[in-house]
Amino acid sequence: MSTRDVILGRVRRALADVGQDDTPYKRAVDRGYLPEHGDRSVEQTVDLLAENLADYRAIVHRCEADGLAALIAGLLAERGSTSVAVPPGLDEEWLAATDVTRVADRSESTPHELDQVDSVITACAVAIAETGTIVLDGGPDQGRRRITLVPDHHICVVRVPDQVVSSVPQALPRLDPTRPLTWISGPSATSDIELDRVEGVHGPRTLEVVLVNDRTVSGN
Amino acid sequence: MSGTFVGMPAFPKAAHEAVHNQTLRGNLRHATHTIRAKRAKAVAEVSDWAELREAGKQIKDHTLRHLDRYLVQLEESVTAAGGIVHWAADADEANRIVTDLVKMTGESEVVKVKSMATQEIGLNEALEAEGIHAYETDLAELIVQLGKDRPSHILVPAIHRNRGEIREIFAREMSEWGRPAPEGLTDTPAELADAARLHLREKFLRAKVGISGANFMVAETGTMVVVESEGNGRMCLTLPETLISVVGIEKIVPTWRDLEVFLQTLPRSSTAERMNPYTSMWTGTTDDDGPGTFHLVLIDNGRTDTLADEVGRQALRCIRCSACLNVCPVYERAGGHAYGSVYPGPIGAILSPQLRGTASEIDASLPYASSLCGACYEVCPVAIDIPEVLVHLRERVVEGGAVTRDGNKVVLKPAKGHAAERAAMRAARWAFSHPGALRAGQRLASRSRRFHPRSLPGPGKAWSATRDLPTVPSEPFRDWWQRTNGGKDTGK
Repeated sequence: MSTRDVILGRVRRALADVGQDDTPYKRAVDRGYLPEHGDRSVEQTVDLLAENLADYRAIVHRCEADGLAALIAGLLAERGSTSVAVPPGLDEEWLAATDVTRVADRSESTPHELDQVDSVITACAVAIAETGTIVLDGGPDQGRRRITLVPDHHICVVRVPDQVVSSVPQALPRLDPTRPLTWISGPSATSDIELDRVEGVHGPRTLEVVLVNDRTVSGN
Repeated sequence: MSGTFVGMPAFPKAAHEAVHNQTLRGNLRHATHTIRAKRAKAVAEVSDWAELREAGKQIKDHTLRHLDRYLVQLEESVTAAGGIVHWAADADEANRIVTDLVKMTGESEVVKVKSMATQEIGLNEALEAEGIHAYETDLAELIVQLGKDRPSHILVPAIHRNRGEIREIFAREMSEWGRPAPEGLTDTPAELADAARLHLREKFLRAKVGISGANFMVAETGTMVVVESEGNGRMCLTLPETLISVVGIEKIVPTWRDLEVFLQTLPRSSTAERMNPYTSMWTGTTDDDGPGTFHLVLIDNGRTDTLADEVGRQALRCIRCSACLNVCPVYERAGGHAYGSVYPGPIGAILSPQLRGTASEIDASLPYASSLCGACYEVCPVAIDIPEVLVHLRERVVEGGAVTRDGNKVVLKPAKGHAAERAAMRAARWAFSHPGALRAGQRLASRSRRFHPRSLPGPGKAWSATRDLPTVPSEPFRDWWQRTNGGKDTGK
């Protein structure tokens, strides 16, 4: 008998006392919890996202669509970055005002090569206001997971209000579980020394989030 | 479980030594009090905490009740997504599977994400015996590994170390394992974290094999979830060519939607954050992004035995947040090492004796490592009634009885050393079922109360050494009730 069958057999014998339970999954769980906490307008939700991102030490910037390229160029210059990793589907307009070296997200690049890159710029899949979280799903404007991991400086552009949801329960239906997902809430941190939070361990130590007002484009 | 804990003395002896260690007491007090206040604040932010807790409990209970079905579904969905599923009945089998998988890659080193399951099975020692070096990459695990120490907390295995001790360990040991600590390293947490970043980066960048656990596995999609803070998890899950995840069979949730509950309750309960800095989710393999080979090793190692216990099975709901450790007055004073297991604290006191059985001295003593104050139950995000299970396990230790070990039903003998407890309980049972004798005894006790000693003689001596014996009233309650017609007749 395979170990698989041994374990499944043990599970079935262990549950012999509970008897037949035909309660369908949908009725087995009482989901009396809230779909979101509080009642906010769209603007207030975006404000809360900014507030919670900043609370966990992300640096938050806000701009209009036509000011994005200049803002990004400024952030890269301020940081002194000479190279930036760029996902294949990133809107070229975003980098129109900077001349730092673009490093394409290629499958042949080694982690060591990526380690030489100063910054990375991506879009995101969704942002969650209540928890101050941005979620990447590896889409064309976000690239492979490692490009937002190895460089020490990550600039993430969130189109507001379209990409912003209030809560975790609202975020999950907008995400595709078959894609590799990375949920990011502030820069890398640790609580391992005396259970006190310190920012900056292995992931990007500086996370800058740009909330770009996209309302006119989306017509929302 | 881990070989490092073999031969541990019983809890009272280990705890007795720990409470006299002033540094340890200070470190634990500082850390647990810091996190307690923060957790309370993080939980108070969500008005529906009680409902989230109840939903988490129900999801886990439903899953455990149909665990066979969900395991099969998970296997199908992981396989369909390009993963390879292995099954291990115990620690030895799991270690053998992982060792063989690493050998097949031809590599002699692996990077590891913090994982309770791999600690439980003693994977690092098993790999080392086969010439494979496993590098722990979580900061606290690194401190424990470099310090040749044992973990003492589920979330922060180096909680027993303060910043000064950590600086000392880094300065002394890092050069043995790779890049030395920077010259003039101080004990500020930011500098210590930076030293870990530099030390581990070269290992991440060259790693070909990563080993992880998982916080959740979604049966319907085959998605694995790892919740972390530092980014070491992302490194291990993303950069290597081969990823091996070792996960207990109880970590399943049925659907993608179920994550909406646990992703709200876990971070607030463990690090007291609205959300932890990084959560990685992956489903099988993805072309051209991350490891091209993914192995999932599902381990039993005592979990099905625990599932067979009607009262004790609720321990399998545990999501390893460690909130129960942080509020426990016993843990705060005794520290994690006294529990003789990778699972310390209240959850360890009910998990270890069930996963390992109560044959050893330490495991038989763990159900007593509690004052039954119930703080652990209050904070548990999946409502595990730890005091209930503790009392249940005490009964099993004292009385013996039918249990399941390695899938077989066996009858345990009553444990040695509990004869006085058994005799007292038998006497109480007899007295309570003979009202006449009980009344006579109570009257005798009341009338002779001037002569009662302050402490018990014989086997009861240890019990009364730290407790006052209750004083007996001058009149038994039932006599008073009868005399005063339930207190109506006189004011007295």
